[in-house]
Amino acid sequence: MSNGTPGISESTPRPIWRAHAAGAALGVVLLLTFLLTGHGLGASGSPTAMAAVAAHAVAPAATAANSYLGPMVAEGYNPLDSWINWEVLGVAIGGIAAAWWSRRFHVRVEGPPRLGRPGRLLLALAGGIVSGFGARVSVGCTSGLGLSGAAVLATAGFVFLMGFFGGGLATGALTRGMWRS
Amino acid sequence: MTLPLGWVEPFWATVCGALFGFVLQRAGLGNGCRLTAQLRMQDWTVFNVMFTAILVAAIGLYILELGGWMQPAGLFVPTAYLWATLAGGALVGVGMGLGGYCPGTAVVGATAGRLDGIVFFAGLIVGVLVFAGVYDRVAAFMTAAAQPEGQTLPQLLHLPTWVVLLLLITVAAAVGWLTRRVRPSALITCAD
Repeated sequence: MSNGTPGISESTPRPIWRAHAAGAALGVVLLLTFLLTGHGLGASGSPTAMAAVAAHAVAPAATAANSYLGPMVAEGYNPLDSWINWEVLGVAIGGIAAAWWSRRFHVRVEGPPRLGRPGRLLLALAGGIVSGFGARVSVGCTSGLGLSGAAVLATAGFVFLMGFFGGGLATGALTRGMWRS
Repeated sequence: MTLPLGWVEPFWATVCGALFGFVLQRAGLGNGCRLTAQLRMQDWTVFNVMFTAILVAAIGLYILELGGWMQPAGLFVPTAYLWATLAGGALVGVGMGLGGYCPGTAVVGATAGRLDGIVFFAGLIVGVLVFAGVYDRVAAFMTAAAQPEGQTLPQLLHLPTWVVLLLLITVAAAVGWLTRRVRPSALITCAD
């Protein structure tokens, strides 16, 4: 695929979409999801199901006795057998397809320029733990509540977004120094 | 034919998810550096993408309901538990500020080869387990200050839907205009 522009080779990554155009495309995908299924897009339900399955595999008795995870793995239930896990599998497929098509796939560890790989991975792990805990408290994440909830104009969606940007902007201000290159 | 169709089979879930992942990746939202740059107000991609998407979907749903093609009762509307929704949202924000992602964008980042995205996702699973460990102690907090089930902003504010949509469009346009001079590329330390 040659676009004939001098200096742009086969390996030059495609530029990302302009924010408002990308937002419009995302809005159409979200709308389509509502029309087909009746609910929006989500994400945090999938690591929740994985946590229940992992806990059940390692410590079945303790998991069954746990008041949060227990009902998920009760007899006859498989938490992986739910819409959200197929959707997140789809997100991975779409993400790989887009990265490949735009020539942006390469293995790397990203994060604050001042940190080395171990520091970046440790920070990602810490962020993931806080986020995973938080998304259970709010019963949804940026996709399920922030995006899909706000699209149906749910109070919950906007309350979540206020908390999200509040917590996020505060953390952004406190970690400014770490991101100076 | 009445909408929504209620197609919740694995096939349609995977299709909708794939479109979601594709668009997020092409929007640059799989880049943790870009996501945290938003939280330092050095890049406005996250806000502009999210708010445009919310408005396009909300206006689309409004038109479909107005035309009688869509059954509003068929749509899932989450319920706000004021403190839990707010605190959980804040923690998801802190998690993004530290680790660079939220649950969905971690998957997108990981699929472009970002190992920190995979580790963030593993962290999510650990976070769920920690939550399960303290669930009995936070259960009361989680249902405190419950708002009416499936309440929407038009119901809360006693305003017609089109007024709420106009207010949101105004906010999105104002922020987009005020931040138009923030040039993202110069402030992003890693490539998309």
